[in-house]
Amino acid sequence: MSGYSVTEPSRGQKWIAGILVAGYALITILPLVWIIATGFKSSADSIAYPPKLLFQPTLEGYVNLFTTQTRQTTEYLNANPPQTWYERIVHDRGLVIAGPSRFGERFMNSVIIGFGSTFLSVFLGTLAAYAFSRFKVPLKDDLLFFVLSTRMMPPIAVAIPIFLMFRSLGLSDTHAGMILLYTAVNLSLAVWLLKGFIDEIPVEYEEAALIDGYTRFQAFYKVVLPQAATGIASTAIFCLIFAWNEYAFAVLLTSGTAQTAPPFIPTIIGVGGQDWPAVAAGATIFLLPVMVFTILLRKHLLRGITFGAVRK
Amino acid sequence: MAEVELSDVTRTFGRTSALSNVSMTVPDGAFFVLLGPTGAGKTTTLRLVAGLDRPDSGALRIGGTAVTNLTPAQRNVAMVFQQYSLYPHMTVRENLAFPLKSPLLRTPQDQIDRKVQEVAETLQISHKLDNRATALSGGEMQRVSIGRALVRNPAVYLMDEPLSSLDAKLRADLRVELKNIQARTGATFLYVTHDQIEAMTMATHVGVLDHGRLVQTGPPREIYEDPVSIYAASRLGQPRINILPADLFAGAPSGAKSIGLRPEQIHQGEGEESSVVRVEHLGDQTRLYLSLRNHDLVTVTDAHTPLQSGDIVKIRPERPFYFDASGARIH
Repeated sequence: MSGYSVTEPSRGQKWIAGILVAGYALITILPLVWIIATGFKSSADSIAYPPKLLFQPTLEGYVNLFTTQTRQTTEYLNANPPQTWYERIVHDRGLVIAGPSRFGERFMNSVIIGFGSTFLSVFLGTLAAYAFSRFKVPLKDDLLFFVLSTRMMPPIAVAIPIFLMFRSLGLSDTHAGMILLYTAVNLSLAVWLLKGFIDEIPVEYEEAALIDGYTRFQAFYKVVLPQAATGIASTAIFCLIFAWNEYAFAVLLTSGTAQTAPPFIPTIIGVGGQDWPAVAAGATIFLLPVMVFTILLRKHLLRGITFGAVRK
Repeated sequence: MAEVELSDVTRTFGRTSALSNVSMTVPDGAFFVLLGPTGAGKTTTLRLVAGLDRPDSGALRIGGTAVTNLTPAQRNVAMVFQQYSLYPHMTVRENLAFPLKSPLLRTPQDQIDRKVQEVAETLQISHKLDNRATALSGGEMQRVSIGRALVRNPAVYLMDEPLSSLDAKLRADLRVELKNIQARTGATFLYVTHDQIEAMTMATHVGVLDHGRLVQTGPPREIYEDPVSIYAASRLGQPRINILPADLFAGAPSGAKSIGLRPEQIHQGEGEESSVVRVEHLGDQTRLYLSLRNHDLVTVTDAHTPLQSGDIVKIRPERPFYFDASGARIH
């Protein structure tokens, strides 16, 4: 190092910053690592004290998560040797698999409702944001405030009216009902976020497209949308995270057919004692879609979150 | 190609009037240049013709068809924007092909390729065709933007200071090239510029706008040699016309407030005595900055003049322009 720079941090500063960031990363990632590790522990290892850092990994938790089991007599177990690896795992504990659990179904419900409402929020949000951004809408400011105000009330305050409304409309415990509900909640966020992004796209591009022989909608589709990709991606992630993690409405409004994973996962605890590996396995699988979705869109997301911070 | 006609067009933005009762005709095949300072209504005129904006009152016709209520696509116009407006998510090639691919034209791919190549060569950007539009220099962007208009064969080309961000040499090249294209294809151009040389060399017609009013139209020579007002006279000519009090020289008609003298309207060698303030040798000509009874004026003299600052030059007006108190010309 020679000389002194105002903008470039010194070696010592870089080390301190590095240690702070690494320490913070460790603190945030640790619970996640613990959940993932617990998913691969045996029941006994999962509640061992002091906690085991090194253990014999097993898929017991995952098998328990996806199946229901019954206890059988030794004669029965001996007469019916296990056919597959997962039958063997339960067989060793004196059990046989009775059938699939409801987790797969609940997980699929989460996927349908989460991604369905995300798509709908972003689709409607983009169109509304474009209109608010580009056209003379009567009472524009009041409408935008109204859109935002739908988010001001805590969800639990409107839970009872929504519950009653859903019951009389026949939307209780349906996929359509949950998609509509999450879309309604997410839409205000989507409209506001996307309006900000679309406002930043100069209107001249659309004017050039109009002159080049395209209609207003074609200009929107071919010129505005590609440039709003960043905003659309980050909005989609925010919407998905909300819809995916939502718990209160899911508990209240779903039970049999449309129940999502968040209210289901805690119920696993009750089945056959405190089965922490199965809960952890459920949590791990539940984490994956949002993680994958975020990683797929991360290039856009990073630009999206810092969007507007630097003016060219 | 087609004639463009504005009749009694008015457009106001809030309280400011951008255009008031403008009537003008851009004849078929004309190169019509709009002159005027910022805020005179030049860009507004282009946008109204393009259909990006609607007039408050008045009518527009392109090729005899009333277009006042048509969309830009229906009007079949091409426009070069002042701020380039290249599509940033596309390559140069895609930008140039974009108008040809529109539902309006639906050009076959082989024709698109040929046309894009041809225009790229004219504008010297063929080596940049596969670059992203955002990875170009300002001058290159401007050329692509011109190219995006030239790939088409529209009713009229609208250009908003298309050469303003180019360097001097390229500007001169493209000036010639645009003029050639216009002469070859007989295209109609409505062209906005600040540049006097562009106006004088390219225009077949010039329209002078002053605060949203069209004050004079005609061939550039006519505007130059027979301006209707101080304002119109000041739009053309390099160095600018000298505007001095009319009583500085004898022979002013009654009612004349100011006298307008272009450099060639100042005869040197006889008349009033003025002192040389500064001499600028430009190579092909020399500019003289003179002081006549505390009034500054500029004129042009012989390239190899021996004059130096402090010398005395006698001058007298030769067929000058006289203007009244409101700035209007007195004949």
